[in-house]
Amino acid sequence: MTKDFLKGLWQENPVFVQVLGMCPTLAVTTSLINGLSMGLATTFVLVASGLAISSLRKLIPDQVRIASFMIIISSFVTVVKLLFEAHIPSISAQLGPYLPLIVTNCIILGRQEAFASKEPVSRSLMDALGMGLGFALALVILGSVRELFYQGTIGNLEILGNWYKSMVIMVQPAGAFISLSLLVALFKRISGKE
Amino acid sequence: MELFFIFIAIVLTQNFVLHYFLGICPFLGVSDEMEGAFGMGIATTFVMTLTAIITWNINHFILEAFNVEFLEYVSFILVIASLVQLVEMFLKKYVPELYQTLGIYLPLITTNCAVLGLALFMVLRDYNFVQSAIFGFGAGVGFTLALVIMAGIRGELEEEAIPKPFRGTGITLLTAGLLALAFMGFSGLVPV
Repeated sequence: MTKDFLKGLWQENPVFVQVLGMCPTLAVTTSLINGLSMGLATTFVLVASGLAISSLRKLIPDQVRIASFMIIISSFVTVVKLLFEAHIPSISAQLGPYLPLIVTNCIILGRQEAFASKEPVSRSLMDALGMGLGFALALVILGSVRELFYQGTIGNLEILGNWYKSMVIMVQPAGAFISLSLLVALFKRISGKE
Repeated sequence: MELFFIFIAIVLTQNFVLHYFLGICPFLGVSDEMEGAFGMGIATTFVMTLTAIITWNINHFILEAFNVEFLEYVSFILVIASLVQLVEMFLKKYVPELYQTLGIYLPLITTNCAVLGLALFMVLRDYNFVQSAIFGFGAGVGFTLALVIMAGIRGELEEEAIPKPFRGTGITLLTAGLLALAFMGFSGLVPV
């Protein structure tokens, strides 16, 4: 059980190791807070659909399983989108179309296909939690790095001080690709998986 | 003229892959071989154009007419999943070589965020029918362009001595970053 949970955080981290869910990873990580919101929203969808699919795994016919998974996932995404719009409209506006795009996040469908559709509910829960938090962790790291080099802050707290000139490239697409590339390489170097 | 601007914007200045980060998974996955990249691009363009046409009608005549916009995501993803199935069946029967090359990536078009993203952007920007169709086709062309350029560069990179931690994903993302930087040169081409 603990192993199911922990593998998502580091060993099989969805972003750094499996390189899945790249669209939101690159698109919304302009700041710590955006990355965190996206990470938590994705975790919620992952856990909720994992629970639903794992409980229904013996009822869903094999031929239409992907379509069924997609309907379950997109229903939960609709829930998240409506919740965000009602309670944190400013973040919902910042994330824009990337919030509903959680539907097509490959991590979510991938976990259902590889894990939740085969394993009992309790193990699926741990797996979904681990993968979701591992994803959130990666987004938080990338968001912090990009925010730090963009305007010298992390989560709007000043880190580098007044002398730091803002670096616009970090919040533009090119900066997103380059920072993620460096982080992936760093991760490989540290974990020794070369 | 306006339609022309929509097309140029989505192909060059606001390329789906390099500006909106949509469709990165196939972009990283299939772009290691020119032929596969081109085939994937064509299949995706086809699905995207059809998606734009069909989802516009669904959104306009069903969702908006009956005030059930909250069903947007569920209905869009169903349309996309069925379309991909259709393309898969068509290729299997008539172009089996391409079907073999694309392999696992074909069903993955369903979870290609570029296709759903396209439908969402269309609704968000309130495009009319013709604009949507052009937008869908242009998005596909832009996706193909990015994929083919990337495949070309990766072909050259195979010969190079790349530092170990950068091999694979690292160098591909770095290349994509430089490509995005190059594509920024197109900004200003289209009046915003």
